[in-house]
Amino acid sequence: MRITQGCFSFLPDLTDEQIFRQVQYCLEKGWAVNIEFTDDPHPRNSFWEMWGLPMFDLRDAAGVMMELTECRKVYGDLYIRMSAFDSSHGWESQRLSFIVNRPKNEPGFRLERHEVEGRNIRYTTKSYAVDRPEGGRYGGK
Amino acid sequence: MNQHSMTVHGKDRYKSGVMEYKKMGYWEPDYQPKDTDIIALFRVTPQDGVDPIEASAAVAGESSTATWTVVWTDRLTAAEKYRAKCYRVDPVPNSPGQYFAYIAYDLDLFEPGSIANLSASIIGNVFGFKPLKALRLEDMRLPVAYVKTFQGPATGIVVERERMDKFGRPLLGATVKPKLGLSGRNYGRVVYEALKGGLDFTKDDENINSQPFMHWRERFLYCMEAVNKAQAASGEIKGTYLNVTAGTMEDMYERAEFARELGSVIVMIDLVIGYTAIQSMAKWARRNDMILHLHRAGHSTYTRQRNHGVSFRVIAKWMRLAGVDHIHAGTVVGKLEGDPATTRGYYDICREDYNPMRLEHGVFFDQQWASLNKLMPVASGGIHAGQMHQLLDHLGEDVILQFGGGTIGHPMGIQAGATANRVALEAMILARNEGRDYLHEGPEILAKAAQTCTPLKSALEVWKDVTFNYESTDMPDYAPTASVSM
Amino acid sequence: MAASERQVIALAGSPVDLPAAAEQVDLRREFNEVGIGEVLDQLDRELIGLKPVKTRIREIASLLLIERIRKRMHLSSDVPTLHMSFTGNPGTGKTTVALRIASILHRLGFVRRGQVVSVTRDELVGQYIGHTAPKTKEILKKAMGGVLFIDEAYYLHRPDNERDYGQEAIEILLQVMESQREDLVVILAGYGDRMDKFFASNPGFRSRIAHHIDFPDYSDDELLDISELMLRGMNYKFSAGARDAFIRYIGLRKSQPLFSNARSIRNALDRIRLRQANRLVDFDGVLTADDIMSLEASDVLASRVFSKGSSGS
Repeated sequence: MRITQGCFSFLPDLTDEQIFRQVQYCLEKGWAVNIEFTDDPHPRNSFWEMWGLPMFDLRDAAGVMMELTECRKVYGDLYIRMSAFDSSHGWESQRLSFIVNRPKNEPGFRLERHEVEGRNIRYTTKSYAVDRPEGGRYGGK
Repeated sequence: MNQHSMTVHGKDRYKSGVMEYKKMGYWEPDYQPKDTDIIALFRVTPQDGVDPIEASAAVAGESSTATWTVVWTDRLTAAEKYRAKCYRVDPVPNSPGQYFAYIAYDLDLFEPGSIANLSASIIGNVFGFKPLKALRLEDMRLPVAYVKTFQGPATGIVVERERMDKFGRPLLGATVKPKLGLSGRNYGRVVYEALKGGLDFTKDDENINSQPFMHWRERFLYCMEAVNKAQAASGEIKGTYLNVTAGTMEDMYERAEFARELGSVIVMIDLVIGYTAIQSMAKWARRNDMILHLHRAGHSTYTRQRNHGVSFRVIAKWMRLAGVDHIHAGTVVGKLEGDPATTRGYYDICREDYNPMRLEHGVFFDQQWASLNKLMPVASGGIHAGQMHQLLDHLGEDVILQFGGGTIGHPMGIQAGATANRVALEAMILARNEGRDYLHEGPEILAKAAQTCTPLKSALEVWKDVTFNYESTDMPDYAPTASVSM
Repeated sequence: MAASERQVIALAGSPVDLPAAAEQVDLRREFNEVGIGEVLDQLDRELIGLKPVKTRIREIASLLLIERIRKRMHLSSDVPTLHMSFTGNPGTGKTTVALRIASILHRLGFVRRGQVVSVTRDELVGQYIGHTAPKTKEILKKAMGGVLFIDEAYYLHRPDNERDYGQEAIEILLQVMESQREDLVVILAGYGDRMDKFFASNPGFRSRIAHHIDFPDYSDDELLDISELMLRGMNYKFSAGARDAFIRYIGLRKSQPLFSNARSIRNALDRIRLRQANRLVDFDGVLTADDIMSLEASDVLASRVFSKGSSGS
C-alpha cells in the first residue's frame, strides 16, 4: 500500500529538485527545517526519530539536502519526512510536513476490532511492520 | 451631521413625560469610548421624516436602559454609566437614507462569558422599533477585557492540525449526499469511500439528526467503522463530523458522549441550537478533547440582506468567543452568497490574532483577540476541483474545503472524486510553494497533475463549465481607496 | 576587456539534442543589466588604491560574465571553479573585497543567495573527538548558497600538536570544495608567506583554487588619502602642520612591527582626536566650529612613534 501522510503523498514521489524547492520555500519563510525518520508510521505516532537538530538560520536548501543525503545513506529503507517549524507567536508549531523517502515495500496496517458492550467496537490500527523488532521491519535485511 | 450634545441635565431630565432620546443622554458626540467599552456599529434606516441622530440615539437607548417615557427609578441607579452612548453618526456612502451609528456600551452592562446575554442586550429589543424602517448590526468591537472572559475555540487551528498531523495545506471534506434518506449502513459506505479516496473529513448535513430513516446511533456506529477502516487503509488520521444536534441539551450530551466513546475526533452542531447550547458544547468539547464543528444553519435568514438583520461577521465574532472550532464562512466562487472582499473580512476575523480596521473588507474596528484560539473557516457549497487555484487564492491555507457534490457526483465514483480533489489540492500547493503564479497558471497545473491522475482528468472534464455568477446582495460599502479615521 | 557595443555571434553546430541556445548577445547590455558596474564602482569608492586588486577583480568579473554567456549559448556546461585565496597583511581590504566578490557572484548567478559567512579556525574545529565534523558541517550549511570566508586559514593546520582536530575540517572542506561547487564558494585568506606554507603542506587546496589575489600594502600616499577620507567622513581636518606631521608619522609607523594598514591608520586617528579633545578642553576662550574640526601638529607629534619607541601611539 502507500501511506498518504504528509502534504504531497497523493502526488508521484517528489524528485530531489522538487524537495529542494519546497525546502527553499520554508527557509524563505524563516521556518526551521527538520529531518525525521521512522520505521513505525502509525498515524498516531507523532514523534519520529530526529536526524540532527532542526536547522535554523540557513539561507539555502543545499545545506538541508546535504543532511538528507546523509540520512538516506543510513536510513534509506525507512520512512523519512521533512518538516518545517514556525516559531512566530500564534502558531509555534509545524507549518509543513511531507514524506521524502519510503521503504521499497509498504505493508501498511490492519484494522483490529474488539467487540465490547452492545454493538460497540473498539478499533485499533495495527502496523504490520511493527510485528517484527526494530531494525528488521523493512527491507528484508 | 455630528452636532453638539443636546442632553438635558439636572432635575429637568427626570420630569415625567416623553423626551427625545437624543436629549435623554443617548446621543453624546463628545464621548470618547473607553478601552473597556463594547462598541456596536448599526446601519440605521430611519422612517421618512425621522431625524437620523434621534433614530440612532433611540437604538442606543432601546438597547440599554431607556424606555419610551421618562422613569423616576432611573435616579436609583448610576444611570449615566449604564446608558449606551451613540457618539458618532455617518451617512452610508452611496446609500441615501442609511446611516452608520457608533454606539458604546459600558462593560458592566454584560455578564462575563455569555453570548446569550450579549445578543439579548444588543439585538434583543431594538430591531422591531417602529421609527426605524430597517436596522442591521454591522460590526462590533469587543474589548480585550471582555474577550478574556470566554473560553474561545476548544481546539483551535494549530492544535487541530497537530491532532490530525496535517500541515501545509487546506483540509478536505465532503458532506454526505443525498441530504436525507440513507440508512446508517449505507451512509457509512459513503463516508468510507470518501475518506479512503483521500479526503480528511466527511460531514453530516445540518438536518441529519435522528430521523425515521436513520437513528443517530446507527449512523455513529457505521460512521466510526468507516473512519477506522479508512484510517488503516491510508495511514492517515481521518474523521467524520457526527451531528449531535438534538431537541434538548440532555440528548445532545448523550450523543456527544457516545461519539467520544466510539473514538471520534470531532462532533458537529447546528447554529439553531442556540448560543447557550453552543457554549455548553464548546465546554464539553474542550473537556473531552473533541474538535467542534459548527454549521451556520439558518443564518441567511438574518445575515443576507444588507439593510436589515445581523451581519455574519458579528456572528463569526460571537462564535469564536463561544468556542467552536470550525465555522462555515463562505466560498466566494461556489453556489452560496459571499463576495470576495466581505468573505475575506470573515476569514480574517476567524483566523487572525488581530484584525486591523479595513473598511473595504467590511471590518469596521481594530479588533484584538488576545491570543484567543483561532477558528477554522469552512468553505462549502458548489465548489469543485477545477476551481482549486481560485479557492487557494481567495481563501488561503488554513481552511477546510468541502466538496460534497464534487466528490460524490464524480462519474468514476466517490473514491475517485475524493482522489481528484486531493491531487488537485496537493499539486496546487506544490506549485504555489515553488513560487509559480498559480492563480493564472492554475488550469495548466491541474491539467499537468491530471496526466497522472485519471479521476482528476475526468473531474475537470465533467465540471469545466460550472460557475455561479450572480449579483451579490451584500457587498462592502467602501472601495479600497477610501480611508476613514476612527 | 572593453565592453564596447559588439554582437557576439554563436558558432555554427550547437548540439542538436539541447533546447535552442541563445544565438546573439549584447555584451554591454548584459553587463549593465546584471549591474556589475555598480559593484565595481562601489569598490572603487570604498577602497583607496589597491589598483592591482581592483584590476584583478574586474578581470574575474569579465571572465565570469563571458562564462555565463557561454553557458546560455550552450558552449559550456561545467560548473566553473570559483574558490579563491587572498593573501596580504591585515587592514588591506580583504574582507571588504570578499563582500563585493560575493555580490558580483550573486548577480551573475554563480551563487544563489549571496551571503558571506566569515569564520576563523575556532568556528570550524572542535576541542575533542567527534566535535569537529558537526561544527564544520553547521558552518557549511549556513554558508551554502553564498561565500565562506576563512580568515587566517593556515591555523587549520597544526602539525606539531597531535591532539589537533583541524585535519578533519580540512578534509571536509576539500571534499565540499570539489563536489559542491555550485552550492558554495570558499575564500581562504591570510598572510602571504604563511598561506604558501599552508598550501605546500596541503596541496589539495591549490588545485581547487581558481584565483589567487595578493593584497599589497598601501603606499604612504595611499595611507594619507585613506586618513583624509576617514577624517572627512567624521568632519575633521588636518591643519597644514598636522598634515606634514602625519606624513612623517606614516613613514615611521610603517617600519614598526604589527602594522595593519588601514586599521592602524584608524587607530592613530582615534588617538589624535583624543589628544585634540584634551587640548581644546584646556583652552581658555571661545571655540569656533573650525577650531573643533581642526587637528593641529601637536596632536600628531605627541605620538610615541616619533620617540622611536615600541609600536603604538
